[in-house]
Amino acid sequence: MLAALIIVFREVFEAGLIVGIVLAVTGSVPNRNRWIGGGVLAGALAACVVAAFAGALSQLFAGMGQELFNAAILAVAVMMLTWHNVWMAHHGREIAGEMRAVGQAVADGTKSLLALAVVVGVAVLREGSEVALFLYGVVASDGGSALSLAIGGFIGLALGAGVCLLTYFGLMRIPPRALFATTTVLITLLAAGMAAQAVAFLERANWLNSLDTVVWDSAWLLSEKSVAGRAMHTLIGYTDQPTEMQLLVYLAVLLVTFLLMRLTGSQPTDRAVAVGR
Amino acid sequence: MWFLKNLASGALCAMAMLAVSPSHAQQAAEVQVTYSRGQFQPGEVRAPADTPITFRVKNLDAKAMEFESKSLRVEKVVAANSEGVINVRALKPGRYEFYDDFNEKARGALTVQ
Repeated sequence: MLAALIIVFREVFEAGLIVGIVLAVTGSVPNRNRWIGGGVLAGALAACVVAAFAGALSQLFAGMGQELFNAAILAVAVMMLTWHNVWMAHHGREIAGEMRAVGQAVADGTKSLLALAVVVGVAVLREGSEVALFLYGVVASDGGSALSLAIGGFIGLALGAGVCLLTYFGLMRIPPRALFATTTVLITLLAAGMAAQAVAFLERANWLNSLDTVVWDSAWLLSEKSVAGRAMHTLIGYTDQPTEMQLLVYLAVLLVTFLLMRLTGSQPTDRAVAVGR
Repeated sequence: MWFLKNLASGALCAMAMLAVSPSHAQQAAEVQVTYSRGQFQPGEVRAPADTPITFRVKNLDAKAMEFESKSLRVEKVVAANSEGVINVRALKPGRYEFYDDFNEKARGALTVQ
């Protein structure tokens, strides 16, 4: 039971962190629970579908279907997170300053919520398909231990939800003024980390083999498989053996996000400052 | 939404440019491993150094397994009664352990010479 608990918890841990961050980001947006909940539910359903067709999926692209699927959905999440950040740089301050008609803010907020709901769905889908496969294997196999393993699995699932709540309430302790800056940084690092993970999947699929030399091995300092390593992996994209291409893409996402936010965000910021005075 | 579309197509183009189709410059060495009744068969496998390696993991059990190795940097779910293909970069000589992440009692190792 403990083994099942640990396996499931490890998988849902990452999704829990991401959902917690997204909940904090959308803290004041109306109807956000419906959107985020919808994202989680859609992700969970999609995870079951992916698990059911896992065999067929891995046969695609000469056995590399799983890797390419993961790379593709991570790429979607990176785009959604980047778009959210850029959008927030443009509108966030206006909304925070209550200078905007409420109706318009709600309509705009919905667009950004859709992007974040997709991110949540992708996070749940990625981790959930493995949980579904594992739990299915447990339930399908004979023997009296199946029930206790299933119970362990569901406790692991509940603990993952706990991580989500801890992340959310932890972030909510940050004063509102600093919260926006904090979540922007968190989302940017999350996106860069996901992009680096997508690169890793493309490298495994042999679709990307330029600059694939490992730059360093810091497993002795912080193993990617330890709890702290996993948390850092999710939050900032920490990898104990990054390749040159992973580093390059990571930095590129940070730079592109920064530039896009500067480009689109400067005008409203100036106005907000001017009005503030 | 135009912005989102631009961003999406831009990123897709960038990915398409980056993605290099499978190169066969260096022939990969193939390693076959069978997984049945929660054990790897054989538990010890060998491969040449400085050559990319292709693992073929045949899962004969009725439940999924996850072929994983920290030192090889691989992690792949192999569904019940199916075969998984795992690419590994060229390696330095040494011993690389792998295991089933869903059942850590199942362990094996690759010796690279």
